[in-house]
Amino acid sequence: MCAQPAAQHDHEDDGSRTVLDARDITRALTRISHEILERNRGASDLVLLGIPSRGVPLAERIAERMASVEGVQVPVGSLDVTMYRDDLRLKPARTLMPTEIPPGGIDGKVVVLVDDVLYSGRTIRAALDAITEVGRPKGVQLAVLVDRGHRELPIRADFVGKNLPTSLAERVRVSLEPHDGVDAVQILETTPTHGKEAAR
Amino acid sequence: MKRHLLSAADLTREDAELVLSTADEMRSLADRPIKKLPALRGRTVVNLFFEDSTRTRISFEAAAKRLSADVINFSAKGSSLSKGESLKDTALTLEAMGADAVVIRHGASGAPHRLAHSGWVRSSVVNAGDGTHEHPTQALLDAFTMWRHLGPRNGGTLDGQRIAIVGDVLHSRVARSNALLLRTLGAEVTLVAPPTLLPVGVDTWGVETSYDLDGVIPKADAVMMLRVQRERMNGGFFPTAREYSRRYGLDGRRMATLQDHTIVMHPGPMVRGMEITADVADSDRSVIVEQVTNGVAVRMAVLYLLLGGSEPAHTEGDDL
Amino acid sequence: MTTHLIKGVSVLGGTPTDLVIRDGVIASGPAEGVEEVIEAEGLIALPGLVDLHTHLREPGREDAETVETGTQAAAIGGFTAVHAMANTEPVADTAGVVEQVWRLGREAGYCDVYPIGAVTVGLAGEKIAELGAMADSAARVRVFSDDGHCVSDPLLMRRALEYVKAFDGVIAQHSQEPRLTEGAQMNEGELSGRLGLAGWPAVAEEAIIARDCLLAAHVGSRLHVCHVSTAGSVELIRQAKEKGWNVTAEVTPHHLLLTDELAATYDPLYKVNPPLRSASDVEALRAGLADGTIDIVATDHAPHPHEDKDCEWAAAAFGMLGLETALSVVQQTMVDTGLLDWAGVAERMSYAPARIGRLADHGRPLEDGAPANIVLYDPKATRVVDGSETASLSRNTPYAGRELPGRVVATFLRGKATVLDGKLQ
Repeated sequence: MCAQPAAQHDHEDDGSRTVLDARDITRALTRISHEILERNRGASDLVLLGIPSRGVPLAERIAERMASVEGVQVPVGSLDVTMYRDDLRLKPARTLMPTEIPPGGIDGKVVVLVDDVLYSGRTIRAALDAITEVGRPKGVQLAVLVDRGHRELPIRADFVGKNLPTSLAERVRVSLEPHDGVDAVQILETTPTHGKEAAR
Repeated sequence: MKRHLLSAADLTREDAELVLSTADEMRSLADRPIKKLPALRGRTVVNLFFEDSTRTRISFEAAAKRLSADVINFSAKGSSLSKGESLKDTALTLEAMGADAVVIRHGASGAPHRLAHSGWVRSSVVNAGDGTHEHPTQALLDAFTMWRHLGPRNGGTLDGQRIAIVGDVLHSRVARSNALLLRTLGAEVTLVAPPTLLPVGVDTWGVETSYDLDGVIPKADAVMMLRVQRERMNGGFFPTAREYSRRYGLDGRRMATLQDHTIVMHPGPMVRGMEITADVADSDRSVIVEQVTNGVAVRMAVLYLLLGGSEPAHTEGDDL
Repeated sequence: MTTHLIKGVSVLGGTPTDLVIRDGVIASGPAEGVEEVIEAEGLIALPGLVDLHTHLREPGREDAETVETGTQAAAIGGFTAVHAMANTEPVADTAGVVEQVWRLGREAGYCDVYPIGAVTVGLAGEKIAELGAMADSAARVRVFSDDGHCVSDPLLMRRALEYVKAFDGVIAQHSQEPRLTEGAQMNEGELSGRLGLAGWPAVAEEAIIARDCLLAAHVGSRLHVCHVSTAGSVELIRQAKEKGWNVTAEVTPHHLLLTDELAATYDPLYKVNPPLRSASDVEALRAGLADGTIDIVATDHAPHPHEDKDCEWAAAAFGMLGLETALSVVQQTMVDTGLLDWAGVAERMSYAPARIGRLADHGRPLEDGAPANIVLYDPKATRVVDGSETASLSRNTPYAGRELPGRVVATFLRGKATVLDGKLQ
């Protein structure tokens, strides 16, 4: 019997299975931060845009790590894609989330989109549309905490915290401080009562 | 939210706050290079105006266009009141054109209500001012403007904020909608007018009333001046324009009694020199021009929340 | 003429008895030669109802109602006589027009039509019409009214009140102070303020009633107050009667049942002149009708074509249908509430209106030798009013979809059945 991180396979009361705990998330974000810096040869010209709601705190954490590594504050903003979604008309009108473009704008910059889960790719497609109406970046890259597969569009992530093979019946729930009170990525067999996956 | 916006009373506090927060997002669009969002692509919004109101129509038109909706302006001045085409026939025409929303301005109180509830059309109906009844989007833009200015020093809400609404309350759809909405949002409203221009039964509105402007405005956080229409002067509601201005106009002397943070508002169009003097209208306290900007954002929010999805946005108060 | 035997009917709600109708009158003696028997157990017999306030719209607005359809609606409602208001096109302000309406009524044959003459030429409130000529005409006009308009000029009103004394006429006043009701749309109160519909204050009615009572007393003439709608009006009329002044008053069925709350629908079906008032006014009107302060129920049956109601409130016409539902509404508001018995209903819907209109052959007790003007009514029945099924040409009933008690089973006009088994004959 060797000690393993308890969270890796424990089943919670709601039938969920924790696949990443707080330390795993921290490690993944640190790695992603380094990869972004490496790929772009530093932090200059970078802009991080989180996709609300959970992409935004992820973007902020990545920026914090970059600041501690490079000593440069990378501009962070948020990009709401609600009105660009292809399923807008299929559900009741949805509440808008904040779009905050950093003061320097995105023209000529490298925008790194940050989201929690990459799934069908439709959110990212909407985000690419949204970006074109905000400005013209030099390039767009994508960082996600979890890639759960099942792509429906030709989209892939440049930086992935963890590849997580899932079945279509499963749901992935990402919880982040301070929004959810805990840092965790869980897989649920049943329909979750909250969490971003519910809206997909 | 309900399917139609006919009265400010249709909005719960959750609905109203959702409109304000959505309007806040819409307002930031003004700072972007492309002032357009795709949310209402393929939707048709009809501006059905039985009364001239260029500023309200343009505001709705801009709002709909910034959301990529198709806009049809239908000016039906000389309504059925003067035995032209009836409201019903006009409605059937719009229905046949496939309107998703009808924004209606009408001289008869309740005309939007009739349009929404007579089975003539299936579209959402937005009241853009009906007779002496209501003008809910004006109230929303007024509340939005107050919220932006007063909210930051009041915990992000209008709770307990004192709002004075001054002038021809009797004939004012703006006053009716504002009284309803501001109460919903927790503000304390005082209507200030000569007794002849306060409606019967105003004591049941849940607002304070006063005949004394000087007694009210030093405590107010916002002062909203209402337009006094020329035709009221011949109605015997007050003796002369001069006496009205002296007792109920906002001039520099009265403005000096306001608290530092108090804002001055006017739904427009102003009658300068009558209910408000030029120095007040053009002062730093005046947010009158900003009200116009906010009008577009608020109307975008309303149109988006009513038409953006398969049905209007759900709020806490809804039965899901 | 058919001889009818009405078996086991309860006259004015009394002990069941048999009534024989022979040669157009109520007959005494054995039921010989009866050709048709009507089993009437559980039914109430009332004297044929008399309406002092009906708009038949002909001549001029035959798209809304004709004398024929209006009298058919009256018969369905249990009426054997109606007074046709003068606001036709042309206005019934000459002997020629009133005779035309009277003749149309006779030809239709569903109920007797008594034209009301206009008080002023063209209802314009400026010049007294030829009241004497109308009184002397074949129509024998005794009731004069500018209904729809108030005779607001006090001097003109005084002269009219005086003038009709010569032929025992009565001025039926539409009490509405015009300046106080400019643009008015509904009862002035909390709701009018909220709905943004111009208010119609009670004082606009009461000020005219007070003035007219004083004028009638001053010149010693007869005054009839149309469609009283406020508690204050009831009180003024009560005081006038206490002083012994010759004042009579009517209330409409709709003012006994409906309130201004209905205006919140903005549905012009509920737009009427005078407007629907508050619940406390309704209470006062019921009490006034019960204690005799208000003498009669009159329908103010006001047909309007669909397009005049299928529009926005302010553009819509004032008025609602009343003939076919009047007795049911009175049952619901006055009888079922214990305020009136059926004898009281007969007084207020037949005897008294006939007296005010000076009608000899209507409003008579159901006794031997009286003209057989009879309505048979089933008070135990209930029905949901179907707004698309009216005998009237128009459909503007405010009761559509409402459940009302009672049903008119048969109506006899001088012994001839105009309605049998609830159907027009």
